[in-house]
Amino acid sequence: MTSMYLQICGRLTAEIVLAVVALAVLVLDLILARRTVTMSARMQMVACVAGFGLIAAMIVLVLGWDQEPVVLLGGTLVMDQLTILFKFVVAGLSLLTVVISIRYDVGRHVGEYFAMLLFGTIGMMLLVGAEELIMIFVALELTSISLYVLTAFNKASPALARNSGEAAIKYFMFGGISSAFLLFGLSYVYGLTGVTSLDDLSRIISQPGAVHASPMLAAGMLFVIVGFGFKVAVVPFHLWAPDAYEGAPTPVTALIATGSKVASFFVLLKLMLVSFGGMAGSAFWGHFASGWTMLLAVVATASMVLGNFAAIAQHNVKRLLAYSSIAHAGYILVGLVAATKMGATSVLFYLIVYALANLGAFGVLAALSGRAGGEDMANFNGMARRAPFMSLLMLVFLLSLAGIPPLGGFLGKFYLFAAAVQRDPQQFGLLWLVIIGLLTSAVSLYYYLIVLKHFYVEKPVDASRIETPVYLNVALALVAAGVIALGLFPQALLALLDNLVGNL
Amino acid sequence: MYTDWTIYLTFAGAGLIMLLPREAKTAICWTALLTGMAGLAVALWGYFTYNSGMNELIRTRGTGLIDLADVPWIPALGIHYHLAVDGINFPLVVLNGFVCVTGILFSWNIEERTKEFFAFFLILIAGVYGVFMAMDLFLLLVFYELAIVPKYFIIAIWGSTRKEYGAMKLVMYSFIGSAVVFIAILVTYFASPAHSFDLFALRSQPIAYNVQVWVFPLMFAGFAVLAGMWPFHTWAPTGHVAAPTAGSMLLAGVVMKLGAYGCLRAAMFLFPQGMEHWRWVIAWLAVVGIVYGAGVALVQKDFKFIIGYSSVSHMGFVLLGLATLNVIGMSGAVLQMFSHGIIASLLFAVVGRMVYDRTHTRQLDELGGLAKAIPFACVTFVIAGVASMGMPGFSGFWAEFQVLIGAFKMNPWLAVGAAVSIAITAAYILNTIHKVFFAEEEQAHAGSGESRWQLPPISLPEKIASVILLALLVIIGFYPSIMLDMIKANVELFPGITK
Repeated sequence: MTSMYLQICGRLTAEIVLAVVALAVLVLDLILARRTVTMSARMQMVACVAGFGLIAAMIVLVLGWDQEPVVLLGGTLVMDQLTILFKFVVAGLSLLTVVISIRYDVGRHVGEYFAMLLFGTIGMMLLVGAEELIMIFVALELTSISLYVLTAFNKASPALARNSGEAAIKYFMFGGISSAFLLFGLSYVYGLTGVTSLDDLSRIISQPGAVHASPMLAAGMLFVIVGFGFKVAVVPFHLWAPDAYEGAPTPVTALIATGSKVASFFVLLKLMLVSFGGMAGSAFWGHFASGWTMLLAVVATASMVLGNFAAIAQHNVKRLLAYSSIAHAGYILVGLVAATKMGATSVLFYLIVYALANLGAFGVLAALSGRAGGEDMANFNGMARRAPFMSLLMLVFLLSLAGIPPLGGFLGKFYLFAAAVQRDPQQFGLLWLVIIGLLTSAVSLYYYLIVLKHFYVEKPVDASRIETPVYLNVALALVAAGVIALGLFPQALLALLDNLVGNL
Repeated sequence: MYTDWTIYLTFAGAGLIMLLPREAKTAICWTALLTGMAGLAVALWGYFTYNSGMNELIRTRGTGLIDLADVPWIPALGIHYHLAVDGINFPLVVLNGFVCVTGILFSWNIEERTKEFFAFFLILIAGVYGVFMAMDLFLLLVFYELAIVPKYFIIAIWGSTRKEYGAMKLVMYSFIGSAVVFIAILVTYFASPAHSFDLFALRSQPIAYNVQVWVFPLMFAGFAVLAGMWPFHTWAPTGHVAAPTAGSMLLAGVVMKLGAYGCLRAAMFLFPQGMEHWRWVIAWLAVVGIVYGAGVALVQKDFKFIIGYSSVSHMGFVLLGLATLNVIGMSGAVLQMFSHGIIASLLFAVVGRMVYDRTHTRQLDELGGLAKAIPFACVTFVIAGVASMGMPGFSGFWAEFQVLIGAFKMNPWLAVGAAVSIAITAAYILNTIHKVFFAEEEQAHAGSGESRWQLPPISLPEKIASVILLALLVIIGFYPSIMLDMIKANVELFPGITK
């Protein structure tokens, strides 16, 4: 028993470090609150501790890279290079969230804010490593509950606070229902198969026989997809997203749109490809057969079309990015529907590229919106002259999201769609999804350019310069460099992912 | 041969401009000009080196192609960073160099946000160089899409007349076109046993006929959107009109050629059977475009719209020449790309920079009598105009004449249809010259004899740039073999071409 715990301590050091730091942050803030320190100094000190905690966790992850893969706690958690890589990505995204939070007004409860952020990160990291239904559910809840709380932290003005509270309640209600769906679905799956580990599940489901054909299992799978559909915000389970994105403090929006999505998609990928691999069905044009690929193909189509067209009508940049991330979830599902190794690689690559660009875009918004007076597009008029560097970064991030070469988003999209075509190179059964994806991404260029038009073309109302702190410039410039590097030199990451996915 | 350095030099110039302080306008203009000249010098040096060694090259190696760079880029998908030059793309590379330099000279008066203007301008130029030299489908698409976004900003920030609408329409058309090309490229990759995006690797293992028949029109149409093929041409007039002078020069001068070049280099090269299957449709659409563009130009009231529609008409000649699939027609098409690039740049420079920037109107009814006020503009426009009509002695003649012969070989009615447009072109060009430069002069003659225009004189950069472009028209006009020999020798090697 002791040795098992020692092993867990050894291999989950990163999560443990974060848990300790999260508690330390709470205590530190308690001490600081009693002293007469200014709010911004308190914010900086607490953020510093949280940030270094995340850096420490990332270092621990890197140090564990070469260790043998292990399965902990009887098959509930795995630690292999793929999970380490994605834990690293999630921790990195949280670190950037911390960086863009420093100057953001989150009210008096600074310690709680950063502690919740760290708890949420732990949830995401556990989610990445989870290989068992209960663990998946627990990790997902840890993530979600932290994010519900974080959503309500926007306290800069009474109006914002009201919106933020409303957003949090809405997010919580939808999230709660989705968890119920997920748990209900998982209970069916468990009831029929008697196992909860993903590997065992895969073995039982892929055997032809009574279980395989059971309509109860199909119902269970359907509920699981509905539950995850809410978490990753795809049509028709997306209704919470625009309001939650708009109401939440911008750094939190960034984390909801990137970190939590990366982790959820990662586990959805595992769940679908590994466990439900035997129930894929077919999404080929003209040869539809019931199964999760067909379901997800429909969901992907709806997300790409509705996400992109609804984004056109938005005036608030955060809402626009919310709809755009619904559309991006649709693109990612196209790679998942391919249900091949290349598909899995492309999904993982796109997740990283998408997360970097989206986080960068929200980072720029967080840096500018305070001085600009809000997140309405009109507030950003003439930003190219007021904050030229931030505008340039926004250009890079939005064009990457639109899929313009030579940025990472272009290659990511190319790889996703290539994977979908590769699934059936004789009859091109999935080409219809690719066509919808490409035509709707032409639509997406329209609204990204509208945003950039406000940054670059419109005349500023107020010509004063907006200075941004150096650390923020550096952090966001690094993200932009990452987006560009992934577009120009994707080979290293692609080869690594391709290699690691082989073990999935 | 270091022609690929045109791309790197231009990108470096754009980067350098971004680093300069925005107040240093003179330094920015000169940096841009020197970058453009460096690119042009590299291109020209390569052009003449290639020209002298070409016959030897074709005799010994059986191909006119010279590789500039060929390294694996994304081996997972068989994507290569493959740049090469031959007699088909060299004229276009040189054209891009000339349009870049003269475009910068005609933009010497840009006062607003000079730094960003030249940065976007050079990024666009670099992308265009890249498209012309890319020999890998993926790389070609990368450069092709890279050139889309700068166009938006150049038009939307520095343009006129419904600039945001024109810019967005142009970008949407090009991006949807490239999305269609994207689909075609993916299908090509997986349909071919070669597992490569390299054009020559794909070409070496022919693609099945039933795939060619439906992929070819996708790829061709996707590219042809940017070439202004009727009925996908509607972006062109609005885009040209909205763009600032250098923007219209680039659009008509090189960007429309990107589309035609893509049709030739990618679609026709990879799918000879597909081309065989669809050539009649393309040829007749081209003829419709030629006549329609010229006819619409005839009834325009806005000076710039006339030139915009005339571009649609002249680009029709390029597509018609490609569809003939014989050496003379296709050589004419390639020469027409070069020739129209120069003529259109010149015409737009007169309209946008010399006339509109001075008079602030482009309505034919409001203009008139400019011959006396700005005689240099008048002379330039008349020469470029007659070159555009296909007058012997200018480059346009050799290009359109050859396309017509090629079309006649394919089907005499095609040539008849296209020839009608030459008469219409003469009509609208002469009409425009009359209305803009002379009309009021006749009325004024009765009165005081003084021109009502008090316009600033034509500046030195404008004169230099006009002279460069005019000289090119005349040189090619009197000595076409300097370019035509190279084009012909390489077109003959193109797969599926009849004599």
